[in-house]
Amino acid sequence: MLKKIVILLFVTCFACFNTVFAAESGGMPQLNPEFWISQIFWLIITFGILFIVLTKVILPKISDNLETRKSQILENIETADKQKEESQKKIDEYEKIILDSKLKAKSYFNEAREKILDDINKKRAALEKDLDEEIDEVEKELSDLKNKSGEKINKIAAETSAELIKELIGEEVNSSSIAAIVEDQSKIKRERKDV
Amino acid sequence: MASNPMYQFNVYRIGPEIKLGAVDISFTNASLFMVISSLAILIIFNLGAKKKTLIPDKLQLLSELSYSFVAKMISDTAGSKAKPYFSFIFSLFMFVLFCNMFGMIPYAFTVTSHIIVTFVLAAFIFIGVTIIGFMKHGLGYLKLFVPSGVPMVLLPLIVVIEIISYLSRPISLSVRLFANMMAGHTMMKVFGGFVISLGIVGGWLPLSFSVALTGLEILVAFLQAYVFAILTCIYLNDALNLHH
Repeated sequence: MLKKIVILLFVTCFACFNTVFAAESGGMPQLNPEFWISQIFWLIITFGILFIVLTKVILPKISDNLETRKSQILENIETADKQKEESQKKIDEYEKIILDSKLKAKSYFNEAREKILDDINKKRAALEKDLDEEIDEVEKELSDLKNKSGEKINKIAAETSAELIKELIGEEVNSSSIAAIVEDQSKIKRERKDV
Repeated sequence: MASNPMYQFNVYRIGPEIKLGAVDISFTNASLFMVISSLAILIIFNLGAKKKTLIPDKLQLLSELSYSFVAKMISDTAGSKAKPYFSFIFSLFMFVLFCNMFGMIPYAFTVTSHIIVTFVLAAFIFIGVTIIGFMKHGLGYLKLFVPSGVPMVLLPLIVVIEIISYLSRPISLSVRLFANMMAGHTMMKVFGGFVISLGIVGGWLPLSFSVALTGLEILVAFLQAYVFAILTCIYLNDALNLHH
């Protein structure tokens, strides 16, 4: 619409320009006072109307717009701040929950571990006890066997030596004295070994 | 079409001759462009102020930016006391700016290239500012002509100079705008004439000059409107806040 008006006025002005041919005075047309009063008159009218309409109608609207926008933006910033605070609170809460649950999980884990360790220790102790007993038994058996085997060896040695002597000499030797000798010998050997 | 570069400043009657008593107040091409400029301002700013959206469209942004631009200019130069005069300075700035800009359209008439128009505006500002000054400070406003810290010997001379500079304000204000606009348009016309007279062979240089001058003149059109408005603010500042 604005463009149309401007173009229309422009065309009429151009037409006037071509049809009306003012006399060329040669000097500055600005200093020709012929239309001074008219220019002043129309300046006062147009500028007056412009000033009054701008002051009464248009500028208050624009300033209103700017004010409302400013206040709305401030309001929005306030709400945004509030929401930010809230979200921060929520984040804190969430982190606390996470931390709590982590601690809980750790304690559960520790408890379970202790329990299991206890169990293991108990079982191990029982097992070790059993094993010790068994080892003791076996050791006893072994030592018994060892003692017995020594005696047996002495006996066999005495018998064998008696037989040998009988074969060599053709006489029967008192078996008890042989046994005593064997015993002595084995004692001496043992002493030597010990030394 | 006349080749005289001053021809573009001629004022002529459009329509019938209107007489108010003995004086001629006929509608002229100057009046036409005053009306066009005012209407353009009113239409653009009315459209820009009509919608009240949070995110402005182009026209709304334009009007709001102009509003804040002028408001900032006034508060920077004349302080917060000049708020009541905002709408006048806004109208003045927009009127001069639009008149200058419409003058840049080929074959258009430049309202502000006439000394009588700029002088009436400047005289109105001068008288208004003087009245405001006397209303705010009474006779104390005359202290404006007596700067502080001047030796007594020089005082008479300084006072005379101050009074002359104060009285020449409307003349300097009006002549600055009028001369800038007239000189620019005359120069463009002269270079345009050179394009025609030099023809297709040598006309390219003045043509490129003309193009460059058009850009310069648009800058000058804005700048002179700005200077006009800001000088008004400065005069207003003198009247509102007596610094001397």
